[in-house]
Amino acid sequence: MRPRFELLTEQLKKQIVSEACQVLAEIGMEINNPNVLSLLSEHGARIDKETKRAYFSNELVNKALRSAPSSVKLYDVLGQQTHDLSGYNVHFTPGSAALNILDHKTNHIRKPSTEDYVQYAKLVSQLKHIAAQSTAFIPSDVHENISDSYRLFLSLLYCEKPVVTGTFTVDSFNVMKDFQVAVRGSARALREKPLTIFSCCPTSPLKWGDVTSQNLLDCAKYGIPVEYISMPLSGFMAPVTLVGTVIQHTAETLSGVVISQLASPGTPVIYGGSPAIFDVRYETTPMGAIETMMVDCAYNEIGKHLGLPTQAYISLSDSKHLDAQAGMESAIGATLAALSGINSISGPGMLDFESCQSLEKLVLDNEICGMMFRLIQGIEPREDFPSVGLFKELLNDGHLLISNHSRRYLKTEHFFPSSVICRSNNARFIEEGSLTLGQRAHAEVESLLSKYQPSRLPAEVQKELCRLMETEARRYGQNQLPNRG
Amino acid sequence: MELLTQISEALQQGNEELVHQGTQQAIAEKIPPKKILDDGLIAGMNAIGERFGRHEVFLPDVLMAAKAMVKGMEPLKPLLIRDDVPSLGKVVIGTVQGDLHDIGKNLVGIMLKGAGFEVVDLGKSVSPEKFIDAAVNENAEIIGMSALLTTTMSVMKKVTELRKQKNLQGKIKIVVGGAPVTKEFATEIGADGYAFDAANSVACVKQLMGHA
Repeated sequence: MRPRFELLTEQLKKQIVSEACQVLAEIGMEINNPNVLSLLSEHGARIDKETKRAYFSNELVNKALRSAPSSVKLYDVLGQQTHDLSGYNVHFTPGSAALNILDHKTNHIRKPSTEDYVQYAKLVSQLKHIAAQSTAFIPSDVHENISDSYRLFLSLLYCEKPVVTGTFTVDSFNVMKDFQVAVRGSARALREKPLTIFSCCPTSPLKWGDVTSQNLLDCAKYGIPVEYISMPLSGFMAPVTLVGTVIQHTAETLSGVVISQLASPGTPVIYGGSPAIFDVRYETTPMGAIETMMVDCAYNEIGKHLGLPTQAYISLSDSKHLDAQAGMESAIGATLAALSGINSISGPGMLDFESCQSLEKLVLDNEICGMMFRLIQGIEPREDFPSVGLFKELLNDGHLLISNHSRRYLKTEHFFPSSVICRSNNARFIEEGSLTLGQRAHAEVESLLSKYQPSRLPAEVQKELCRLMETEARRYGQNQLPNRG
Repeated sequence: MELLTQISEALQQGNEELVHQGTQQAIAEKIPPKKILDDGLIAGMNAIGERFGRHEVFLPDVLMAAKAMVKGMEPLKPLLIRDDVPSLGKVVIGTVQGDLHDIGKNLVGIMLKGAGFEVVDLGKSVSPEKFIDAAVNENAEIIGMSALLTTTMSVMKKVTELRKQKNLQGKIKIVVGGAPVTKEFATEIGADGYAFDAANSVACVKQLMGHA
């Protein structure tokens, strides 16, 4: 039995969806993009031109839900399938778009560089339990107008895994799409085998900005999967109750589904988000708060109820260091997310409210993810009945360390984390240098970086990616890209 | 592949039959028994020991290899005795008086045998006199004691004291281990070595025997 965690009754789910539909119909969404407004208008939505509000009828919502696919598949740069976002499948991806990284040497949070990003991509390429990369942080040594496309460029050069990404401007979409077409060979091939997911964020409460709503249209045109990242802040820009927050999340996310499906029926969409409670003591949005995680798990249930693949920013931490709080918040989140069957779990590596990535935390979180995959395998009988023979063998041999039964099932029944997780006795721990978690994680980072194998993306494609990036950089007056080492 | 390398590889894979066959074939090919032991069996055990240390293989793999080692030793042992090849060493092991927990001690026995040592297992709840007498009678260089309880670990001190009384410090070395035992405790009671787990007991005994 696949273990599951559920928070909402069937009746509550229906009621939340019904309330959200009512909000969409009666209050609507403010949409600051003329193309999106005319698309909605063409399909019969009532538009108030002055307030830029679009009112979504239940009929429109239901039509969109009917055409939205229930599964989204992703493929790596070589075209191999890596993801099936559907049902209760679970995949982890590093938390995305941090402004900073935690520097292991100084233990201070600082702005990242190209060199940091290359190391990150090389590291993620080897983390077994993290199936996708994300454009996890923003290199500060390039022109800000290319800081979004440049991340994707580096990711595609150094790591074969598919990428969760997004644009910061409408303009960047083109080159970011061109990168992907270059990797796949044609726009058609890209549509058949999606390589990236674009995060598109409505603005709470009940609003779409120009860039992100335009992204929805652009992604739909090329069949690039989008994940809607609605971010209601419970108690601040959303009702303080968790149900109220989920209603708002549902309304904002459904509006995205409608826009995408009207733009191109059947285009791949993911029911995602990054809601949080608002901590009225610190004026912050704690991702490690249990209520934040509860809202994530609850809207995931709504997404499943609507038959859509799901995503959430969960299994990350608000701590500023790789400490017990970081481990606690990440592990609680990962556990709840895995048990809830959130299809794409964005979180590993992230600290400080989604603003700081850490390579050391990534290798620690990779172990958490490994444990989660074991957890969701559940407990199943494996040649356990009848059991008397096994116990006779145990008493006869004194142990079962090398019995055939143990040898057959040891490595599937038990998950073996790397030496980042200390499981030695104290004497051995001391003998091996009494290393702290940070030191062990850093050693693992160094070890993995030394074992990095270059991407198998063909050289001519890499060359084309470089050409596209250089052309884009020149548009903004940057004639040379930073040294990648 | 060279035959002795084949034996070493088969041993690392825990393939008893292949190790046994390979050893017999090596004997038939008139390879000196000492060379078969060193470059085939012990080389294989050393290799798997190192891989175990690097977490590339796990305890069951080492135990399987140790079992294969014992199988390979069957045809080899009489020839080593005939050639007067000294064994790596002899170790007397047991849990201390009053302690019936022998899981760790048994693991130590398997690992030591696998590493090529002769092991005399005195079993559970062994009196201090019995440890010393057995070591003297068996001509063993090492006594290995294990305890799981804080209430029984004090018996270890009685063994080191008895050894002192009988003036055997130069002849017999004592290694201790078990959950409550620490390096400091070992030093305090006058033991020569402390092993924190079964694999470590091999390293410890090797060091005391001058093989490390």
